[in-house]
Amino acid sequence: MRTISYIQAINESLRYEMNNDENVIIMGEDVAGGGNRDDKLDAWGGPMRLTKGLVKDFGRNRVRDTPISEAGFVGAGVGAAAAGLRPIVDLMYVSFYGVCADQITNNAAKIHYMFGGKVKVPLTIMTAMGVGGNKAAQHSETLYSIFTHFPGLKCIVPSNPYNAKGLMTAAIRDDDPVIIFNNRQLMGLRPSYEVPEDSYTLKIGKANIEKYGTDITLIGIGYTTYLCLEAAIILESMGYSIEVIDLLSLSPMDEETIIKSVKKTRKVIIVDEDYPRCSISSDISAIISEQAFDYLDAPPKRLNPPHTPVPYSKPLEKLYSPNKETIVKNAQLLLE
Amino acid sequence: MRNKSIEIPKNTLLWMYEKMVTIRLFETQANREADAGKLLGMHSSIGQEAVPTGICAQLESNDFVLGTHRSHHHCIAKGVELNSMMAELLGKATGTNKGKGGTMHIADIDKGMLGANGVVGSNIPVATGVALSAKIKNTSQVTVVFFGDGASSQGSLHESMNLASIWDLPIIFVCENNRYAESTPYEYAVAGKSISNRAAGYNIPGLSVDGQSVLDIYEASKTAIERARKGKGPTLIEAKTYRYKGHFGADNPLSYRSEDEENYYKDRDCIDNLKKHLLSNEITDQENLDLIYDKSLKAVDEAAIFANESPFPSPEELYSDVYVSYK
Repeated sequence: MRTISYIQAINESLRYEMNNDENVIIMGEDVAGGGNRDDKLDAWGGPMRLTKGLVKDFGRNRVRDTPISEAGFVGAGVGAAAAGLRPIVDLMYVSFYGVCADQITNNAAKIHYMFGGKVKVPLTIMTAMGVGGNKAAQHSETLYSIFTHFPGLKCIVPSNPYNAKGLMTAAIRDDDPVIIFNNRQLMGLRPSYEVPEDSYTLKIGKANIEKYGTDITLIGIGYTTYLCLEAAIILESMGYSIEVIDLLSLSPMDEETIIKSVKKTRKVIIVDEDYPRCSISSDISAIISEQAFDYLDAPPKRLNPPHTPVPYSKPLEKLYSPNKETIVKNAQLLLE
Repeated sequence: MRNKSIEIPKNTLLWMYEKMVTIRLFETQANREADAGKLLGMHSSIGQEAVPTGICAQLESNDFVLGTHRSHHHCIAKGVELNSMMAELLGKATGTNKGKGGTMHIADIDKGMLGANGVVGSNIPVATGVALSAKIKNTSQVTVVFFGDGASSQGSLHESMNLASIWDLPIIFVCENNRYAESTPYEYAVAGKSISNRAAGYNIPGLSVDGQSVLDIYEASKTAIERARKGKGPTLIEAKTYRYKGHFGADNPLSYRSEDEENYYKDRDCIDNLKKHLLSNEITDQENLDLIYDKSLKAVDEAAIFANESPFPSPEELYSDVYVSYK
């Protein structure tokens, strides 16, 4: 079985698509590294090494180091996409959306509609997120909910190397602007998912049922899918039958799979690392309440961090996010 | 008077005259439609006709232009059809954007008009990316981005000039300094008083020109367009111009500026300036200018009839074009 890391999976997808389509370009801070120094080519390959080696194979015209200038280069990604390229823009950490939000929400999201469907924006923004790096409040957020608020954007959150590769490729080939949220805690993992060497795509907007069960549904998003699967092992050892849905795409969202599962299990926990207020988990809870109320044995349960910024101190950071123990504890409360 | 160092062909001069007259007549008609309540306010470009006209006279049809909330003149200068523009203003299905963009967002990719943008300064990074696309694809297309003195204080301009300079992008940054960002005078808001001076910090040419002289605009932009087309990088042009109307429909500009100041600029009207040049140099006669006026008026009248008689979008249009595909 061929297993690779999440970072390798993204890198393989980028490499294949750059080979496949000369309109695919990459830009961002240190995506090559070293600027234009000939003796320092590919110095970094991106801060997470997602783009390692690409500048050597595809050159500086298509793999562009940018200044620290997110409004400039994310906006340039929108314009390059509108003019016919398929740019991939690396927004190093999702919290940096704050300095380029206008380009994402006013331009990338709205141009197709506002211009009467006559201009397409096939832009991919890839960004890193997540706690666990001991990096405090501005480098650890798990911000995806806010982008799902905007019509015109697609938001995908892979959970393992297999779906990361397939969704990344789908994002690059998609004619709409897509943001792919890469959780830093997943990047170094090399879980036992087979990853084909060849290129493949997964359908954006389709959730995956990682595990079928009948007693309770656990809904995971990115890294929390991994947590849900770990919790499921513990709960199954207690004799329960657990269904785990890996959401994968938040916009569009696979409501059908969620509702069908909840109608079967009658209990649901949504595990979400984003802030609790106006979040994707509150949205999912509302959708379940509206569409499957009569089937529920208990209110939908949301597990989120508290409504606070991400703390720095390691013991506090450990307390911050949902973990497998809190999932197990809350599942037991619902199941007993 | 202007140093006539370059010869402008007669047909180009007459083309520019017709464009400027058409813009003014279009804007006058658009104001009438707004006064009749058919669109709720618009940002008139009357007074600023020369700026895009002198530049677009030298652009190819596949060159790109990006504009602002005040962009009707950019669109007309780049060749967008009057009928579909007026229909767009009235929110009609036959509009350039199917009635979904309106006065601030006219786009027509077939004409190289890659859209007007309602957020001040927001279009500049996008235009930089359009120019990047031309560079990467190795076409000779030039991108022109228009913005106002208000946008000159946005970080987006500075980030874009920096990127365009380090990457030698084929783009021309054109600041239409009409002296007011809404009601705020540029003398107050622009440190250093000169917008073109800001190019120096990015190691690109920056120049200020009389925006009421289409000949000066033509000459200044000729060099900039050639520079961009040859792959030598961007230029910043500050065109000193004036908007005759308020910021938008209901704005009374005399609440923040004087009649004397308005008259100063109206005495230097860009259309009158070109007319004087054409007549005093015997390039054409009054009879021909009258014919051009009548032709332009007829086209604008026809656009108004077309727009008023066109249907509104069907209800399904509310939901279409959010995505190319979803689910």
